[in-house]
Amino acid sequence: MSSSGRQIRIIDTTLRDGSHAVRHKFTIEDVKAIASALDEAGVYGIEISHGDGLAGSSIQYGWALHSDEERLSAANEVVKNSKIAVLLLPGIGTRNDLQRSFECGAKIARIATHVTEADISEQHIKMAKDMGLEVMTFLMLSHMVPPGKVLEQAKLMEGYGADVVYVVDSAGAMLPDDVRAKVGILKEHLSVEVGFHAHENLGLAIGNTLAAISEGATVVDGTLCGLGAGAGNTPTEVLVAVLDKLGYKTGVDLYKIMRAAEEIMRPRMPRPQVIDRASLVLGYAGVYSSFLLHTYKAAERFKVAPLDILLELGKLKVVGGQEDMIVDVAYELARGNRE
Amino acid sequence: MSEKKVAVAIIGPGNIGTDLMYKIQKYARFMKLKLMVGIFPDSAGLKRAGELGIENSSEGIEALLRDRSVRIAFEATTASAHAKNAPLLAKTGITAIDLTPAAVGPYVCPVVNIDEHINAPNINLITCGAQATVPIVSAISSVTKVKYAEIVATIASKSAGPGTRQNIDEFTQTTATALEIVGKAEKGKAIIILNPAEPPILMRNTIYTVVEEQKKDEIVAAVETVVQKVKEYVPGYRLRVPPIFDEEKVTTMIEVEGAGEFLPEYAGNLDIETSAALAVGDLVAKHLVAEGV
Repeated sequence: MSSSGRQIRIIDTTLRDGSHAVRHKFTIEDVKAIASALDEAGVYGIEISHGDGLAGSSIQYGWALHSDEERLSAANEVVKNSKIAVLLLPGIGTRNDLQRSFECGAKIARIATHVTEADISEQHIKMAKDMGLEVMTFLMLSHMVPPGKVLEQAKLMEGYGADVVYVVDSAGAMLPDDVRAKVGILKEHLSVEVGFHAHENLGLAIGNTLAAISEGATVVDGTLCGLGAGAGNTPTEVLVAVLDKLGYKTGVDLYKIMRAAEEIMRPRMPRPQVIDRASLVLGYAGVYSSFLLHTYKAAERFKVAPLDILLELGKLKVVGGQEDMIVDVAYELARGNRE
Repeated sequence: MSEKKVAVAIIGPGNIGTDLMYKIQKYARFMKLKLMVGIFPDSAGLKRAGELGIENSSEGIEALLRDRSVRIAFEATTASAHAKNAPLLAKTGITAIDLTPAAVGPYVCPVVNIDEHINAPNINLITCGAQATVPIVSAISSVTKVKYAEIVATIASKSAGPGTRQNIDEFTQTTATALEIVGKAEKGKAIIILNPAEPPILMRNTIYTVVEEQKKDEIVAAVETVVQKVKEYVPGYRLRVPPIFDEEKVTTMIEVEGAGEFLPEYAGNLDIETSAALAVGDLVAKHLVAEGV
């Protein structure tokens, strides 16, 4: 892999994907401390939203402590150089939410759909471009379809105006060769930049991110201490160290990002971010990472085993956002157990 | 069977219009399908109408306005087309039953509020998500105050046409508003998810409500009653998970299987719209007959 000083942009999503791991309970003080430390370290973008995107605060996905606007405005007060990013999933958030986040200082819009449903993002991508935002688009659960399908959908997003199209391993289920094939085909056939978002469920977050970069991905995601859905994301501080050793330029100060992880993030973590059995099963069965904590809750409520719920969800091929299926499956399992 | 039937027309011979055509032919008690209009001469829907011996035209609304017998028109085109057609229909005294998200007329869910709007010149059938979930919210509202209602509608990717896909924000916003106006929740929120699994999944809806009083037995009874009532016009409407109570939160899940006549069975989301149209059409027609057309 020839790095030759290539530029890699890092988007830290501690305050978005990491939100799942704290059950969306970031305080304003957390937001300011984390955003400020990331800004000082020099990450390109800082993503701030409910874990399920703007307007994700709900019964279905969990109530956030504060509104999207309150968190964005708080971050905007302390961030000087990094760009603030927001995530929007069409079907959950709307263009009104995008408009409000723009007014609160967002500079990057990240628009995410399931890997086969890119055409629901046209309105949102076009609006974000019209507002002058940088637009990065996500093809979630990219592991579920072959590379040709990922390319077909990526081309739609490129056509709507995306500046970067991401291969997103939402279930942490991809193996390095799969990452290479999908990032590679996009890199070959798109004229826009290609990004990659990893999860750690199979222990491959750093490895897969390197695989993506070796195929030409130039924008990659991480979170401090790997905080995130399932077994978490690529730890930003580790990624910075590894990319530095390989000779890539990220613009991130290694000492400052290690400090942000160790001194700002780690003391705030409610549980260690590890690959426990259930998160391993997420990656193995290909289930959306943010289902993890909801599954624990439903397992307790209906007195069934979390693994049984996850394996059944994998069989049903549920997609991102279908958290209600966890209750449906748990209810059915409990009924089956009684009979 | 009634002896006198009201002449009706369908504007838009696409999947929805064609499905509605078959439903009216087969099940309508007070309506007679007089005319199907479209704008493309080679439309498969118009051809099917011809095969059933139904008068049809590719001259669009003009052909409908020339016909002096039609009293009710079903709009199965797009919101922008209906915005143009609505005033023309109103001027001619034709009642419009609107299956688009144009929302020119009041939101109507037949099992909840058709009585209030039976004389309305234009009736809007909201969204498929609202037709599936508003009855439940309304039933719970009849027992206790609903402080918040949130619904998640999951449909098979194959059953979501370009109209839904390009206007997904309108779906969530309109459905949320209907939970408040028709369902009587103080605040509504809607989420839509497209699932591409093969074979395609049936439409499923999760309805969360936050209630003021936890009157469990009354809530369960009200929900079971309304499900039976919806079943009368949407036979594939089923209670998948009866109300689950977690303190003030009530979770109910509904599954909708399509009739599987013209549209596939998984397209319960489309079936519930055309079934609602049939039900509303028959009630309006019956009312017109009673008043002496």
